Parts: sequence; C-alpha cells; structure tokens
Amino acid sequence: MRIPRRKDWRPPRVSIRFVHVWRRNFLVWRKLAFTSVLGNLADPMMYMLGLGFGLGALMPEVNGTRYIVFLAAGTVAYSTMNSATFEALYSAFSRMQIQKTWEAIMIAPLDLDDIVLAEALWAATKATLSGAAILVIIWVLGLSHSALTLWILPIAFLAGLTFACLALVMNAISPSYDFFLYYFTLVMTPMTLLCGVFFPVDQLPQALQAISVALPLYHAIALVRPLVAGAIPGAPLLHVAVLIAYGVAGFYLALVLSRRRLLV
Amino acid sequence: MEALLDIHDLRKSYGSTEVIRGISLALARGECYGLLGPNGAGKTTTLRLCLGLTDPDAGTITLAGLPVPRAAREARLRLGVVPQMDSLDPDFTVTENLVVYGRYFGLADRTIRARVPELLEFAGLGNKAQAPIPSLSGGMKRRLSLARALVNDPDIVFLDEPTTGLDPQARHLIWERLKQLLGQGKTLLLTTHFMDEAERLCDRLSVMDAGRIVASGSPRELIDDHIEPEVIEVYGDGAAEWGDEVGRRLSDRCERTGETVFCYTRAARPLMQDLESRGSLKYLHRPANLEDVFLKLTGRDLRD
Repeated sequence: MRIPRRKDWRPPRVSIRFVHVWRRNFLVWRKLAFTSVLGNLADPMMYMLGLGFGLGALMPEVNGTRYIVFLAAGTVAYSTMNSATFEALYSAFSRMQIQKTWEAIMIAPLDLDDIVLAEALWAATKATLSGAAILVIIWVLGLSHSALTLWILPIAFLAGLTFACLALVMNAISPSYDFFLYYFTLVMTPMTLLCGVFFPVDQLPQALQAISVALPLYHAIALVRPLVAGAIPGAPLLHVAVLIAYGVAGFYLALVLSRRRLLV
Repeated sequence: MEALLDIHDLRKSYGSTEVIRGISLALARGECYGLLGPNGAGKTTTLRLCLGLTDPDAGTITLAGLPVPRAAREARLRLGVVPQMDSLDPDFTVTENLVVYGRYFGLADRTIRARVPELLEFAGLGNKAQAPIPSLSGGMKRRLSLARALVNDPDIVFLDEPTTGLDPQARHLIWERLKQLLGQGKTLLLTTHFMDEAERLCDRLSVMDAGRIVASGSPRELIDDHIEPEVIEVYGDGAAEWGDEVGRRLSDRCERTGETVFCYTRAARPLMQDLESRGSLKYLHRPANLEDVFLKLTGRDLRD
C-alpha cells in the first residue's frame, strides 16, 4: 500500500451520471439474478433453519423469545453485512483490477469518485435484497407478524452501505483476491461472533462486550432485533449515527486510497 | 481556430525519474496527429495526462476548450478513447456494451439505440449485434472498442496503439476506418510504434524519446529534414566486411545492426555499381522512410 498524497485527500466531487455505473452493475446482476438470489437466500437460510430449529430445540427461550426468532434477526443483519462485503470486495475488485471496467469508465466523462460512490450504493442495494430475502422467510415462517419489520428494509440499506464502504477500503489496498481472507478472518468472523448474531452479547466477558459495542454490526443488530420482535428499538438515532459514522469514514478513506492506487 | 488539444510544457515525474520532460503540442481540427516513440518514451503517460487520469507536475493542458485536469470530466464529454488494452464489458453483448457506455455520457437509451446500427456497420460488426464479447476475435474487439469510442459522436479521438497485436487484415481495416473518420472531420491523436501506420495516417507527428519530443513535422518533412533520401541494406555473409571497406567510404552514413549494413546516401549509384560488380552480396535499394528517421533519432538499442 502506498501513502496517499496530499491531493488524494481532496473532498469528493460527484457527477449525477454516477447512476449509470450503478445501472451497469444492476444490468449484469439481472442477467444472473436467479443464481444470485439463490446464493443470497439459500446459504443464510440453511444456517438459520438448521441452527434455529436444531439448536433451538435444545434451548429454553433466549431473551424471552424462541431461539429461531432470536437467530432470524441476527441472520438478517449478518446476511446484509456479508452480501455488501462480498460485492464490494470480490466483485468490485474484479471490475477494478481484472476486467478493467473501472478503467473504461474513467475514460468516459466519469471520475473515480463517481465509480466508488456507485459501487458502494450498488453493494448496498444487493445487501438490501439479501436482508429482504431473509425478511420474507421470517414472514413466511410466521416468525414475526409485525408491520414494524418493514423498517428493516431501510436499515438493511444503511447497514449495507456502511459495510460496503468499509470493504471498499480493503478493495483499494488489496494486491489480489487472496488478501481479502485477512479481512474475513481478522474482521468479519470476530465481528460476527462478538456482535450477537448467534447468541446474546451479554453472554460474553465484560471486556469483549465493550469491544462489541464499538462495532457496526452490533448497532445493525440493535436496530433489527427489536423490530422482528415487534418493538421499537431503544436509542435508534444513536445506532443509526454509529452506522453513518462508520460509513462516511469508510467511504472517504476508500476514496482516498482508491485515488492513490489508480490516479497515478 | 482554437486547437482541440493544446499542451504546453508538460512535465511529470515518478519519484526521482522525470518521465515527461517538457512536451508541447497543439492539434488542429480535422488532423491526424501521431505520437511515435519506443516503449517507455512517454506516449501513454502523455495520453493519461491529457485525459486527466493523472496530474502533471507542471505545464498546461486544454482539451476541447476546457482546462485539464480541473475540468477533465466535462472535457471527456467531447472525447472518444480507444485504449491500448481492450476494456469491453465481458458480461454484455456487443449492443449492450455500446448502450451502457453511451449512458456514461448522459445519452438517452433512445438516442444510443438509434446510433447502434450505424456504429456496428462502421465497425464491420453488423451481424454481431447480439454476440457475447468472449466470442469475438481480437480484431473484432478492437473494432468494437473503436465503435464504443464513437458512441458520443466525439470531436476528437485518442487511439493508444490501435493496431498492436492485430493481424495485417485487421490492421488494414482499422486504418481504412480511421481514414473515414478523418474524412468526416474528426480529429485523431494516435500513438504507435508502427512507422507504416504513422506514415499512412498522420498529417503531422512527433517522435518522442525519453519523455521529450525530439522531432516534429509531416512524415515527408521528417524524412527530408533528418535523413538521406536513399538507403541500401546489405546483408548476409561478408556484409560486415564490405561495410567497413566500401560502405563506410561511399555512403553519407553507414550503420550496422547484427548482420545487416545500412548505407544512407544522396547518391546510390557508386554503391550499387560496387555491389553489382561483386555479385556475391545480398542487398536492397529503397527510398528512406519514417523508420529510418525513427531509428536515427531514437537509436537502435532495445528499449525494454
């Protein structure tokens, strides 16, 4: 990774034509939509149902709800995070590095700033679809009947955007696909285990709980879980603010590092 | 009339290496301008600077009346680019590539779709409208890149080594199309290291070496100004000895590369008579061309 130059830190400058980069990715996705939806849906669903019913049968209620309901809320957030991260790592990297899609766009009247924004929004879009897919399962299985669950859609978009921006930072400094394994092993997996996807955070030692509170996934789950239970989340603005802060910082850093990488 | 591209005293360094060392040039509307140079001369860097993809350390660039890099994004609305490496979208068909690319210019789908048949016809891809990209040959991909560069009906087109890696048939087709574009009044900026390409297409050209322009002019002017009008190449057994004994004495300038001796001269007759009388040496008598100028200006050493 090279040290950003002074000019790489300039504020973003975006043209409204960035939407056409989002549309480009959408058009590719539409061609492969069936496989993509299957991937979005099948994998997290199997975990949710397998663990939810299998493990749930061995357990008393968790925080006053059935384990599968508890896990379903975690799965919405987890699958949103995963979907945004995969898109902004592997797919964005192949567009940037392998297919030279970004290069082709930068010789058209669009700048790198437009591309990074469009990639973040596109990954957030895919994340929303993943969250929505799990939400549909929740409805179909009757795990929640609350109309409040509709709020999960904008939350999934926001959380997706946050995780996409963080992943785009990794994308900007990665020499190859293999590098992303570090991110999964050192960031994503610990975050998943610390933030209450599979079990309540208060089961963890105090020190780990403190770390958990500082992580974005914790706040995504803090918004989603009460909604699945049919309640309004406590301190919603705080959780939203944390996600926005991570997203803005991630976006800006991803932009600076992408400029350093490509505008040479 | 204002130049479509005006570069003044451009400089660019990477670390302590200065790769562009004071380049100035201006393209008149409707001309084909060539940048020639060995690998590493700075041709592609010059194009990247003109596109606003990297900032110069010093100097000014005006493209389509706008300052680059400050207003590069807007300037590129009037520009077409054929990059050195094809960057077509492998997930799309030929037509989708053009439509998606046209959108980046803010063009309505309706407008682009109306232009597609004409663009495909121009690129000789009329029967490939729905073909997936991986099914195209190298020449077809390059022609589609050319069609893509024209989707916004640009005033000026940059072509970075447009025929590198193509077979002779494909190269001739590209040349013919570029001439058509010139006929339509488009302005072209072309980088190449094929001298025949530059000689055929370019109204004016600059020879670059090590980040500088070492000579500029029309192909004819460059040949007239920089080199003797006739060349005799002598090769095979005994050529080197002949060069040392006779060639050097009877020609204005005599160079040797491997087994071949190049005699540059204003009067070929004495050399020809000597060679004919020997009968044992293989030789070729020809008029001087741009390649001779290029080799004289940039040397015969390998650049890689």
